[in-house]
Amino acid sequence: MRFERREDVSLPALFIAPFAAIAVTLVLCAGLIAMAGVNPLTAYAEMLKGAFGSRLSVTETLTRAVPLMLTGLAAAVAFRARLWNIGGEGQFYIGALVAAGLGHDLVSGLPVPLAIAVLMLASMAAGAALLVGPALMRLRFGIDEVVTTLLLNFIVLLFVGLMVEGPLKDPMAFGWPQSVPVASGLRLPDLVPRSRLHVGLILALVVAALVWLLQARTVFGARTRAAGLNPRAAAFAGVPLTATLVRVAALSGGLAALAGAVEVLGPTGYVTTTMSPGFGYAGIVVAMLAALHPMGVVAAAIFVATVFVGADAMSRATGVPSFIADVIMSVSFLTMLTALLFTTYRLRR
Amino acid sequence: MTEAFDILTNASLWAAVLRIATPLIFGVLGALLCERAGVLNLGIEGIMTMGAMAGWLAVYWGAGLWAGLLVAALAGLLLGLLHALLTVILGLSQHVSGLGITLFGSSLAYYLYRLWVQVGDLPPSIRPFQPLSIPGLSSLPFLGEAVFSQTAPTYLALALVAVAAWVLNRTPLGLALRMTGENPHAVEAQGLNPVMIRIGAVMAGSALMALGGAFLTMAAFNSFFPTMVQGRGWICIALVVFASWRPGKALLGALLFALFDAFQLRLQTTVSGVPYQLFLMAPYVLSILALILVARRARVPEALMQPYRRGER
Amino acid sequence: MTDPILELTGITRRFGPLLANDDISLHLQKGEILALLGENGAGKTTLMNILFGHYAADAGEVRVNGRALPAGQPRAAIAAGVGMVHQHFTLAGNLTVTDNIVIGSESLWRIDSRRKEAKARIRALSQTFGLPVDPDARVGDLSVGERQRVEILKALYRDASILILDEPTAVLAAPEAEQLFRILRGMTAGGLSIIFISHKLHEVMAASDRVTVLRAGRVVAERRTSETSPADLAELMVGRSVTRPKRAAHALGAPVVVARGLSVGEGQGKTLTEVDFEVHQGEILGIVGVSGNGQAVLGQMLSGLARPSAGVLTLEGRDITRLTPREAVRLGMGRVPEDRHAEGTVGDLAVWENAVLERLHEPAFAARGFVRRSAARTHAADLIDRFDIRGAGPDTRTRLVGRQHAKADSGPEPGCPPALSAGQPADPRSGRRRHRRRSCRVAGRACRGRRDPDDFGRPGRGGRPVGPHPGHRQGPSFGAGDGGEGRCPDAGADDGRGLGGA
Repeated sequence: MRFERREDVSLPALFIAPFAAIAVTLVLCAGLIAMAGVNPLTAYAEMLKGAFGSRLSVTETLTRAVPLMLTGLAAAVAFRARLWNIGGEGQFYIGALVAAGLGHDLVSGLPVPLAIAVLMLASMAAGAALLVGPALMRLRFGIDEVVTTLLLNFIVLLFVGLMVEGPLKDPMAFGWPQSVPVASGLRLPDLVPRSRLHVGLILALVVAALVWLLQARTVFGARTRAAGLNPRAAAFAGVPLTATLVRVAALSGGLAALAGAVEVLGPTGYVTTTMSPGFGYAGIVVAMLAALHPMGVVAAAIFVATVFVGADAMSRATGVPSFIADVIMSVSFLTMLTALLFTTYRLRR
Repeated sequence: MTEAFDILTNASLWAAVLRIATPLIFGVLGALLCERAGVLNLGIEGIMTMGAMAGWLAVYWGAGLWAGLLVAALAGLLLGLLHALLTVILGLSQHVSGLGITLFGSSLAYYLYRLWVQVGDLPPSIRPFQPLSIPGLSSLPFLGEAVFSQTAPTYLALALVAVAAWVLNRTPLGLALRMTGENPHAVEAQGLNPVMIRIGAVMAGSALMALGGAFLTMAAFNSFFPTMVQGRGWICIALVVFASWRPGKALLGALLFALFDAFQLRLQTTVSGVPYQLFLMAPYVLSILALILVARRARVPEALMQPYRRGER
Repeated sequence: MTDPILELTGITRRFGPLLANDDISLHLQKGEILALLGENGAGKTTLMNILFGHYAADAGEVRVNGRALPAGQPRAAIAAGVGMVHQHFTLAGNLTVTDNIVIGSESLWRIDSRRKEAKARIRALSQTFGLPVDPDARVGDLSVGERQRVEILKALYRDASILILDEPTAVLAAPEAEQLFRILRGMTAGGLSIIFISHKLHEVMAASDRVTVLRAGRVVAERRTSETSPADLAELMVGRSVTRPKRAAHALGAPVVVARGLSVGEGQGKTLTEVDFEVHQGEILGIVGVSGNGQAVLGQMLSGLARPSAGVLTLEGRDITRLTPREAVRLGMGRVPEDRHAEGTVGDLAVWENAVLERLHEPAFAARGFVRRSAARTHAADLIDRFDIRGAGPDTRTRLVGRQHAKADSGPEPGCPPALSAGQPADPRSGRRRHRRRSCRVAGRACRGRRDPDDFGRPGRGGRPVGPHPGHRQGPSFGAGDGGEGRCPDAGADDGRGLGGA
């Protein structure tokens, strides 16, 4: 038996891949759920009910999907250019911190839409800087960006802790380590009344469409893809590799930071060191399940949000540890990775 | 200045250095073994977490401490096999697959822990490895406390450095492993199977990583809690580069790193007015700096991260 | 005739759509040198890889001394006494000569490797066969010729009785090649049997006892070397009569590309010391040298991928010392990379994307940062049409199209690899593609061809061969390649099939 490269990427296979991966994942995880003495079908039904059973749960799932879409896009954009940005978590936090820090009082003089735009751009700039550094370290010194971005996650989280216990500490929070709140006028309006769902959802969808446009239709997108697929050929054809990679890094880091800013301006209003249940890391899973396609990211983010929100409800109802959500996520990541292989290779006897 | 001097001349610091270094030594040896065979194993963080959980749980359920280490190694072996299947057999991206292993290893460890262990206000604990008292040596002044009052796994780690160095440099197996990391085609052309060698190296390396995790729950602490590995795996990956893929230098790197860590922990308590987070950041910043320092002259195994498929060049 | 020491029968191997070996049978007698002759892509290397066990054949059998070898097991082939010297050496540059030779010869589970005995044996073998090499040297520090000796020693160390050499002279200068063949002769006198793969007629004539000719995966002829001629073999190899390309004498024009004192000095194999040359209008300049003597970096410089540390390069009087790839495209310099598989095209992009990749900054193909997709597609369709690329559309994945065609799309000429043609800056597109029929000969244009000596020179083409710099090189530097026999006037045929490997 051997692998043989397919002559062409099979498009039907590419479309089926995520569904096959998720199906296999649910079967595999059924075993783990059964170990908890719970019927897996009951558990999955509870998850669906928890994620979509009521108006409130639907809005909650979508609220959870918003940052996942943005961190998912961040990972997809970077991975497309073979830039392994694993620093989404740190970029998320730095974006949140900048939005809260500036949004408390610094931009209070500006008209609201402008102030929000300034906050988001400032956050994105911070996130971009956080990834451009590792990208340059790779280009200059050949240092694996996976390691640097991962280590930066720890550094940033400690820095956020330092800020919310120090300069940005909210004096009104009864000693809890949380940051000063964003001025209430700057919070993103709700999309559905009496829910946490906010216009950030629209923003995330628009950003996804823009990223798709950028990748599929522009010169920058064409160069990014060429540089990712075959850097030597791209360089020979005059694609400026360094500049392209740095721009990709800025975009990717900016998108992850935007997720943090939107989270602060939307549902939370302030920063804590536990505000992200791993949005940055989950974004990598989202990007992978989407086969790095920006529009696929939207669907994949909703899936992952469903798993997280559903697992919490299911855990309450059945007693299965809610960590099952992380297991489902990681297993679907690995199965999707394998499924993608079969879109470009086939098994031959 | 005198404070720093006091800290450095205190034997408890040096005892702490060895203690802090032990999981790093296991981890860095494991990562080194994988990378010398040409496979980057970013699953290390998850494998260490799994090792920490599995070893601890075995002891919690009544197994002996050494049996617990064995269970941890076995868990590492299995996760290593999974990583090898994905990267060596299927030839998937070692970066992406390794991340998947890390996500999988940690989440599965947390899930199983919660499933099988009732956690009250305090996490349940076991009786961990105790410092050995070596007749004659442990009672030496300074050295006795600094070096000869460690737990058994620390000595195991130190012994494994020598074993790894010998195997890599002096045995045919080590030569085959190094050659696989340099040019798998050369290995195949000499009638050996680079695929099996890589799978073996990744499994063995992953077992070592898991032992590093198990040290945390079974010697350094006595209970398991989420996020306890705290990036030690990533630091090991950086240390491998720092050590130019050599076991001896890896030991040195781990000790240097641990010295710094132990030093800053003590400095935290003596220096006031500096936010403790700055001290905690230091190890991670140091890792990045170390990478920058050695990156230019790093001699990477030539076939590192190159998938090997027979008949495909 | 005695029983053959080696016998291949009915070997067939398919790579996807490509039939690399089609029912091939051949045999080798003890003490004989058999040449396996064929163009690139004729299936020679695939056949030898099957013989050595790198691949398993889809059908057919390999017998050594009458005993069938299990398919796909190099270990079994080595045990049966088959040794292979690969064209792309299977050596690890970071390890020592001894490491590279002894690997696989001992049980993996020994506690200690027998290094002393191994070194003594290597020294003895070196002495016996005239293959001097230092057992303690790091392979990365050796010259290409020395590395080849290590490859041969690897086989001898494992007691090979049959030696296969894949294009052994590809990396050697002419005197080194002659010496190699002398050594091989000596080995056959000692009882070894040898197969060497080649596409160079003169060395086949000089060094072999017998020739088997492969074409498109089949054996088309078998001749005793003493009973054939180069012309005969050339015709068998290509499949039709070969006439030497003729080039009418014509006057040279003004200098187009001028290099003065080009130097680079970084790391191994990347050095160049004060190289001067001129290419005149209407001239073909061949640059000859054993690989590793600076041709690669010179080629990169002329492609805009590397910069000299000293010296000046001009194109029609304009300074292009700090050339970038984009600038080269703008100036209308056609460039063909040294390794077209790796650098020529992005295999996973569509043909149209590759076709415009290097021209994305031109208004014709991009407006306000957006790619003008319809214009790009039309351009690609136009190229496909013009060059009659069968089975391709603008949206076809480039990997599927013959590589040389794919590169034709993006501009520079695939026919004369690795070459650089510098054209009139005014119109970067006109005329250049006429190189396609391989003749690098476009009136009023200068074209520089860089050749490693493993390819045939093209005699009779009026170019003035110079070495990168005679004063600073070792080994022979003058001469238009290494023989009079034109290889194939249409190299397009071989690479197009190269999808599957070989």
